[in-house]
Amino acid sequence: MTTHQTTEEAATPAPSTSAAQGVPLPWRPDPAANLKTARIVTAAGAVLAFVSTMLAWTWTSEFPGDLTVAFYPAGLQLLTLIASLLTAALLLAGSGVRGLRWLTPGGKHSALLLMTLANLGVTWYTAGAIAVQLGGIANFEPGMWIGVAGTLVALVGALALPADLPPEALPGGKSANPWQRLLHAFKAPQPPRSKALPGWAEILIICASCGLALYVFAYGIEAEDGPPFIGFLVLAAFAAPAIGRTGLTRRLSAQSAKHRNVTLLAAFVAALLFPFTQSNEAYTNVAVAVLIFATVALGLNMVVGLAGILDLGYVAFLGVGAYTAALVSGAPSSPFGIHVPFWAAVLIGAAVALVFGLIIGFPSLRLHGDYLAIVTLGFGEIFRISVQNLDGDSGPNVTNGPNGIPNIPDLELFGFNLGEEHTILGMELGRFGNYYLLMLVFTAIVVTIFRRSDNSRIGRAWIAIREDETAARAMGVNAFRLKVMAFALGATLAGMAGTVLAHVEFTVNPDSYKFVHTAPPNSAFLLIAVILGGMGTVSGPLIGAALLYLIPAKLQFMADYQLLLFGIALILLMRFRPEGLIADRRKQLEFHDTGQLDVPTAASPGLSKTEA
Amino acid sequence: MTTTTTQQDATTPPAGRKAVLDASGVTMRFGGLTAIKDVDLQVHTGEILGLIGPNGAGKTTFFNCLTGLYVPTEGTVSYKGTVLPHRSHLVTQAGIARTFQNIRLFANMTVLENVLVGRHTRTSEGLFSALLRGPGFRRAEQESEDRAMELLGFIGLQDKREHLARNLPYGDQRKLEIARALASEPGLLLLDEPTAGMTAGETTATRELVLAIREEGTAVLVIEHDMRFIFNLCDRVAVLVQGEKLVEGSPETVQNDERVVAAYLGTPFEGEPGEAEAAEVQAAERAHETGPLKAGGTAGTAGTAAEAEGDEH
Repeated sequence: MTTHQTTEEAATPAPSTSAAQGVPLPWRPDPAANLKTARIVTAAGAVLAFVSTMLAWTWTSEFPGDLTVAFYPAGLQLLTLIASLLTAALLLAGSGVRGLRWLTPGGKHSALLLMTLANLGVTWYTAGAIAVQLGGIANFEPGMWIGVAGTLVALVGALALPADLPPEALPGGKSANPWQRLLHAFKAPQPPRSKALPGWAEILIICASCGLALYVFAYGIEAEDGPPFIGFLVLAAFAAPAIGRTGLTRRLSAQSAKHRNVTLLAAFVAALLFPFTQSNEAYTNVAVAVLIFATVALGLNMVVGLAGILDLGYVAFLGVGAYTAALVSGAPSSPFGIHVPFWAAVLIGAAVALVFGLIIGFPSLRLHGDYLAIVTLGFGEIFRISVQNLDGDSGPNVTNGPNGIPNIPDLELFGFNLGEEHTILGMELGRFGNYYLLMLVFTAIVVTIFRRSDNSRIGRAWIAIREDETAARAMGVNAFRLKVMAFALGATLAGMAGTVLAHVEFTVNPDSYKFVHTAPPNSAFLLIAVILGGMGTVSGPLIGAALLYLIPAKLQFMADYQLLLFGIALILLMRFRPEGLIADRRKQLEFHDTGQLDVPTAASPGLSKTEA
Repeated sequence: MTTTTTQQDATTPPAGRKAVLDASGVTMRFGGLTAIKDVDLQVHTGEILGLIGPNGAGKTTFFNCLTGLYVPTEGTVSYKGTVLPHRSHLVTQAGIARTFQNIRLFANMTVLENVLVGRHTRTSEGLFSALLRGPGFRRAEQESEDRAMELLGFIGLQDKREHLARNLPYGDQRKLEIARALASEPGLLLLDEPTAGMTAGETTATRELVLAIREEGTAVLVIEHDMRFIFNLCDRVAVLVQGEKLVEGSPETVQNDERVVAAYLGTPFEGEPGEAEAAEVQAAERAHETGPLKAGGTAGTAGTAAEAEGDEH
C-alpha cells in the first residue's frame, strides 16, 4: 500500500515516468508517445460521444425520452452527455491540466477507465434498448452509431493508459495488461487522504454534495419507468466507483466525519427541499414511502447492526404501530371509535410497540443465533395471523380481520390539514409532500437516537455483545438486559413510524406485514436494506432502502424476477463489498485496512483462535 | 484426601492478609463427568497465586466456575466474604475480572473501545442519559476515556487507541485483554495462560506487568503452563490434577514435591514420604483410572463409575 502511494506521488510531477508502466503498443514502442496516443484516442472517443448526443439517435419518438431531435439532448442522451463530460474532465485532470488536479487526488487513470466504461454501458444499453424495443438496428440514426463508436473508442484509449499501480504490485513484476488494469481499477485500494482545506470550504463542499445527491435522487425518482431508469442505474453503478477511485468520496467522507453536525444538517435541508422540487404527486408519494421504509430500516439497523440480534419479524412492530394509530384515529371501522390527536396516537403507537417488543423480547432473547432468528420470524407471522383473525368470528373484533381498517382520516396539525394542498413560499405542496415533511421529522428523530446511542456506554455494550457475548458478559455487561433494551427500542421506533404509515396509506391491512412480499416494507426487504446499505451505519440503510424501494417500483416489467435479482445482487455484494455500500468506520478498518502501521498479518494467532 | 498434609501449611494465611477469594468445596460435573472435585482455594490480598496442572486437569473449568460462566454443581465461591452469584456480569461487578485462554477481544472495536467496555460496570449512564447528552453524560464519558487512556498507557498501547483490536500483534492483544479486565477495577484478576504463544522477551514483559498489577493492589490468580514463569512470579502455587487439588504451597515446596512430578510425567509414585500416604495416593490414582477422565471407553461405564465415586464422597 505504502509503495503504491509513494510511486503515485513520484509519478505525479512527471507523468512521462509513469508511462513506463504502460503496454508498449506494437506499432509505437516509445512509452511516452504511447501515453500521448492513448490520451488522444480517449479524448477523441469522448468528443465523438459528446457530438452524438447532439444528433438524433432514432427516427421515432416511440422510444421513451424522444431521442429524435438534433441539438436537443434528452432522456438517455443526457446521461451519455454527462458521462462524456465527466470523462473529458477526468482525462484533462489526469493529463495534469492546472486547476483540474483536485479532481483526481487518488488514481488518475483507474477513474478514467471506469468512467469510459460507464459511458459505454449507458450508450450501448440505449442502443440495445432501441434495437429491442423498435425491432432491429435499422432504427438507429447516424447519431446512435457515432455514440456507440465514440464510447468504444474512448474505452480502448483508456485501456491503453498505464495503470495506477506500480509494476511490482503485479505478479511477475511485468507491466499490466489491459485486463489486469481493468480489474485493478475496480479493486485497487482507496487513495490516500489529501491535505485539509479551510473549514468554510469543507462545509461548502459538504453542502454542494448534499445538493448534488438531492439532484441525483430527484432525477432517479423522476426517470421514466423502463429504459431511462435502467440507463440511470447503469450510469450510477459505474460512475460511483469511478468517482470513488478519484479519491473524492474518501475526501468527502473525511470532511463529513470532521463536520458531523453540518453534514447532518445539510442532508436534512436537502431532504427538506425535495418535495419542493417535485411537481408530480406520484413522485412525492414514492418519496414518502421510501422515507418510511428507510426509517424503519434504520430502526432495524439498531437491532441487527449494533446489538447483533437477527430479527426476522421486525415488520410486525411497524404493523403494531400502524394498527394502533388506525384504531385510535377515528377510522369509521375501528371498534374503539375514538379519535385522539396525532401526538397522542404516536405516543400510544410507540408505547404499544414497546410493550410488544418486551413481550416478544423477553422469551426469545434467551436464545442465540439461528434459534433467535427463527423465533422472531415466528412471532412476526403470529402478529399477522392474529390480526387477520381478530375479526369477531374467531376472536374479539379488534382489527376487522382481513379487510383491515380503511378510511383513516387525514391528519390535522396546527390547523393544517395534511390531506389538502398548501402553498408554502409560492410552492405547491400536495398531500404526499405534507406527509413527507412530517415523516422527515420522525426520520430525524430516529437518526438522532441511533447516533447518540451508538456512541455511548450502551452502544459500546451492544457492539461488544455482537462481537462476543461471552466476553462481554465477563466484562460486566448484562447481555440479556441490554439485548432486550435494543430490541424494545427498535420496536418502539418502528411503531412510531407505523403511526405515520397508517395515515399516509389511509388504510392498514394484515397483508402488508408479511415476512417476505414483492413490495417493501416487509421483514426480508428491511433486512436486505440494512445489509445492502451497510450494517451499523446511519446513511447505509437509508440508501439501501431507497434503492430497494425505487428499483422494484421503477422496473415493474421484471417484477417476476425481482427476488431472484435481489438474491444475485446480494451474493455479488457479499463477495465484493461485504461491508455494504456504506462502510461503518469500524468495518472500513476491518475489510480495507490500509492506513495502519501494523497491517493485519494473515496468520494472526489470536484471531484465528477467537474465530475457532 | 491426598492434600491433607500439605494443606496444613498452605492454607495458613500470610500474616495480616485477608482472603480476597475463597472457593470452598467447588465441584463441577458435566453429566457423569466430574471435571473438578471438591477444590478449596484461597487467594489473599496482594498475592499472586499460580494454578498449574497437566492438560485437562480442569484449570479453565475451575476459572469458569469462579467467574460465573459455569454454575458449580457443589460448593461456593465468595469474594471478600460475600458469596458470588452465578452470573458472570455480577461477578465482574463484584470485583473479579478475567482474561481468556483463547484471546476473546471485541475484534472489530478499536483498542480504546475495548477498554471502555471494560469500564461498563463502573459507570452507570443509561440509554436516556446517552440520548439527552447532558453535562453529566459528557463528564462520565470523559472520565471513562481518561481512565481507559491511563490503562492503555500502563500497558503501553496509548498510541494505538484507534486501531482495531483484531489488527494488533498477538502480544499486544494479550496485553489489551489484561487492560480491558483491569478497566473494571477488579480486586482480583484471573489470568488464563497469559503467556501462551509468547516469546521469551514477551513473557518477561508479561511477568513485569503482572508484578506491576500486584503493586497496584490487585490480587492475581494465574493459570500457566510455563513453569519458569510461574515459579518466578507466584507467591504460592496450587497444583490441580484430574480435577483435584494435589498440592498447594510455596513454589519451592511444589517444585520439590514428587507427586507433582509424577502427575506431570505420569510415573506412579512410590515410597516417600510414608507408606500410609503412598497407599492413599495409589488408591486415589486407582480410583481415577476407573474414573471419568481416564476412561476412554464407553460413556455409560464412565458415567456409572463417576456416580459411584460421587456417592462415596
